[in-house]
Order: sequence, then structure tokens, then C-alpha cells
Amino acid sequence: METTLLQRVSESEWRIDPQGKMRVPAILFASEELIRDMDTKVYEQIVNVASLPGIQKAAYAMPDAHWGYGFPIGGVAAFDPDEGGVVSAGGVGFDISCGVRTLLTGLKGDDLPPIKHALADALYRHIPAGVGSRGLLDLSDQELDEMLAGGAQWALRLGYGTAADLERTEEHGTMAGAQPDAVSDFAKNRQRREMGTLGSGNHYLEVQQVVAIFDQASAEAFGIHPGDIVVSIHCGSRGLGHQIGTEFLRDMVAQAAEYGIELPDRELACAPIRSPIGEKYLGAMRAAINCALANRQIITQLVRRAFAEVAPQAELTVLYDVSHNTCKVEEHKVNGHSKQVFIHRKGATRAFGPNHPAVPEALRATGQPVLIGGTMGTASYILIGTPDSESRSFSSSCHGAGRRMSRHEATKHWRGRQLIDELASRGILIRSPSARGVAEEAPGAYKDVSAVVEVSEKAGLSRRVARLEPVICVKG
Amino acid sequence: MDIASQPHWEHFAHGADIGVRGIGTTKSEAFEQAAVALTAVLTDPSQVVARSEVRVEREAADTEALLVEWLNALVYEMAVRRMIFGRFAVRLEANRLHGSAWGEEVDIARHEPAVEVKGATYTSLFVGQNADGAWVAQCVVDV
Repeated sequence: METTLLQRVSESEWRIDPQGKMRVPAILFASEELIRDMDTKVYEQIVNVASLPGIQKAAYAMPDAHWGYGFPIGGVAAFDPDEGGVVSAGGVGFDISCGVRTLLTGLKGDDLPPIKHALADALYRHIPAGVGSRGLLDLSDQELDEMLAGGAQWALRLGYGTAADLERTEEHGTMAGAQPDAVSDFAKNRQRREMGTLGSGNHYLEVQQVVAIFDQASAEAFGIHPGDIVVSIHCGSRGLGHQIGTEFLRDMVAQAAEYGIELPDRELACAPIRSPIGEKYLGAMRAAINCALANRQIITQLVRRAFAEVAPQAELTVLYDVSHNTCKVEEHKVNGHSKQVFIHRKGATRAFGPNHPAVPEALRATGQPVLIGGTMGTASYILIGTPDSESRSFSSSCHGAGRRMSRHEATKHWRGRQLIDELASRGILIRSPSARGVAEEAPGAYKDVSAVVEVSEKAGLSRRVARLEPVICVKG
Repeated sequence: MDIASQPHWEHFAHGADIGVRGIGTTKSEAFEQAAVALTAVLTDPSQVVARSEVRVEREAADTEALLVEWLNALVYEMAVRRMIFGRFAVRLEANRLHGSAWGEEVDIARHEPAVEVKGATYTSLFVGQNADGAWVAQCVVDV
């Protein structure tokens, strides 16, 4: 994107003043380099988002923003139902409640060498990954409905995990307001045998080592120290979420004219929050959030089983579980007044600062962990929400590195087997059923995650706590 | 008929995802080839054995929406049947599609499926004739 399209506010903030059909300004958080790397489609899409009915304050693009469906990935927008505000299936994204969960293990880097290969194999054996993989469960209609209503709490009732896990999960593991009845049989059928599976594409499970601490006090509160081994799980609501997204997108496109909504792009399909279809979508989307929370909860327990086989001394506890494709009702200040708004974060992470009531009690004084997934060859980060993020971006931050190269192009640059060997020579073990899948996810196909988190920090959206480097990666 | 108008498929780049494009002498052929392109996102379509047939019927408001419906129907059938398809037949009547897909159960060792297609989207969606008169059916699929 040309920087001349934008007005520069600071080193890390750019603005598009309302023009044409825009109801509010658009704000992009990025360095000059990240702006130049961004597709011009991000400009078009964030301008479109700023034009939607009932939008509050501004439409925001995070530093890792890239071309998405309707909304840019890395897009944040809040809507007020009292002002005709909308909910958008495209604004949540297809992989509803995709997110990251990080587990502490109690192990240090020195503990790994003798068990590393066995651990990689055990994780790959226990956690179903990739196309055509199946979970351990085959759910009946009633069990599916219970899962969609109960989320991670439902998984716990089946013996997957402990109550302490839920305390470190957003919404305590259960998203309120889920309506299993609003979820189609098609969506349920896609999920029946997929619980506890990782999926494919950019989803992964990594064993990582803490290699740098940026904020000692916060790291201490999070229980992380240099050299610690942690596990991060990146996945979402699998086939169910996508089927819900696809169906509601189609239905919202068909009904937009009825509600007087002009769609510059079909993927921007939305409906008034207070409409039968808007309410039905929210019920189905919240059920999909529960599906994702249950999925990550089951995988957590499978990770524990794998560790128990090869490192029985490890004790796996949840640091935090955060979703980055959601629409949530939150209280925020708009024009000096606190009000409830419906916040869409699509490829953006909630980042509550200290003393927010939604942050687990043990971390409340410190702030919410913001978990950022990188690539299998570079790094991931643990950040923390800041007191400023509320006024800067409705308490939102980046979510990952963001691709800079298409899958197609990536397979021309890299060969899967060669990449696996190269990473192995650097001490990173990859386990995947698909060499081509690995090539498509080559670290070089992604932007520099360090640049993204640095800008997030400079812009006041979140602050760096720790840098993690991969040791083992299970890739779907 | 020259080579360029023989039914074929291709992929086109889109950010994090992939575009699928079918090209044929008729609209139905373009739909069939777009489906082959969909399979090629996962694996080499020539490695898929046509062991059984799955039929789908879909309706939509217009032809472009019908392409999305067709591809999404295949994504659904692949997911719930744990199958992969290599050959397709499509018959179009106004805005109604009668489709058949032939394939087999996914064999992870033989197919080495690269990535799961989560669904077809409205992005870069186009159904129509190109300058040479060939039919083109395309859209981006989310992976």
C-alpha cells in the first residue's frame, strides 16, 4: 500500500479521515515498512468496514493486517445496536474462535535433549492433525448440543482437563448465549467426529522455549522464566465454524437489501444486531466459540497424555487461552461515555489491561496475556494488554505474523522434505502428514512477527513479555 | 478446438488462500473443472481412484452463487464422508445444479493431503465467458 493514501499520525499510527460513505475514520497501526508491505485491499476493506451502520469511533487495522474476506484479517470494529449497529459473519471470519492456548510445563530447555524425539513422536501420535484425521469422540445429536452449549466446561465433564484450566480460559470456558438450535445439521455433521483435532493450514501445536524476557514483573506473574519449555496450541472451531460462517454469509447477503444495507462487497455481508438473522447468527457464532474452547481443552488433555509417556515429571498448566476471531459484547468508552458494544475482532486479539474484571483473578493486577503465534522457524510472543489499549483500539492487539506470500508461491520456493531437514539441523523437529503442507507454511512465507509485535508495543496496543522459539512443531 | 479451450483447471494466488478456476467449452464443464481445481488444493487429482459416486443437488439465486454452493457442497461431502474426489459431472438447469462426484476415502499415505479446504468464498467470484469464448468458473477458497 502507498503511504500517500494515508495521513500519518505517529511513527506507528496512520489515519483515513471519513470520506464518501465512511461513517467514522479508519486507523491503521503499522510502521512505514509494514504499510508498504500491506496489500492495497486492506485499505479498501477497512474503508468499507468504516462505512457499516452503527460503527463506533473508528475501524481499526492491526499491524499484521492483510487481505481478508470483507473485513481485513487484523480488523477490529465495534457496533452499537441502539444506533442500527450490525453483526457481520465476514467480520468474525470463517474459523470462528480460532485462537491460541499456551501451557506451562515446568520443564527447562536442558530437560529436552534426551526426550525430544520421543516427545515429538508422542505428540504426533496423540493429537490428530491434518486432512482426514478423526478425533477420539463420535458425538450423538444430544452430545453435540451439550458441547455447543457447554464449551470447555463440557470437555471437563468428560474428563478432559481440570477446573484450574477453565480459570485461565476466556469466558471461563463457556461462552454465554450460545444457541445450539441456531446451528444447522450440516455444521453439526461436519463436527461430529472432529473434536480434539488440530486441523490443517496455519494451525499447529508447538513445543517452545522461552528465549527472552522483556518485562520481568509480568513474566513472573505469568509464571514464565528464561529457558522454560511451554506448549502452544493454535486451532479453532474446525468444520463447524466454517459451515456456520458460510451459511450465514450466504443468508446475510440475501437479506441485506431487506434491511436497507448496501454491500460494497458480498463478503462484507452483515445484518442488524437486532434482527432475527442477526440474533440467530450471534447464537450460532457463540456455539462455535464453545466448540473451539472445547476443542482446545480436549487437545490440552491429549498433550498431557503425550507428556506423561515421555516426561512424567512435567506438570502442564494453562497460562491462558485467547480467541482471535470473535464478536463479543463488551463495555467500552465512546465519546466519554461507557456503553455496551459488539466488538468484531477478526485476526485480532483481545488485550485487556490491568484490573479488567474479565482477566483471571491471579493475573488481574498485571493484565491479560496476549498470545501471538509466529511460524515454525522463527518465533512466537507472549504480550500483555496495556492500560492504553482500551482507548487506542477497544482493547485489541495483533494476532500473528500474517502471510506475505501465497501458498502457491511458497511451494515454488520451498520443498517440504528439504525444509523439514533444514529446520531439524537447527534443532526444530517437524511432525506432519504432508510435506506439501509444510512447504506452504514455510517460515519465509510469513511477515516478520518481531516487527509486528514491536509496532504493537510502540502503538500502545500491548507490551512484549517474552519471546518463544519453536523446538517441536506438529503441523496438520 | 485449440488447446486453450480444452477443459482444464488452474489455481491463482490470493493472500493466505488459493483461487480455483475451471475453464471449459460450456458452463457445466467450467463447473466440473473448478471442482478438479478444488481437489488439486489438497492433492494430485490424478491420484484419486473413482471408487464410488456421491450426488449433490443445489439451488442458488444466480449462477455465481451456484458455483459457491457447488464447491461448498463438495467441501461438505469430503468432510463428512472423509472422501476425496477426482472426477465430476455437472448438469445445470437455470439456477439449479445436478452434480456427481467420483472418488474414494482419503488415504493419508497415498494422497498426502496438503491442506483442508474449509469453504468456497465470494472473493474473485466469476462465472462467464472469456475473450476466446471459453467458459470460466472461479472463486477463492479458504484453507
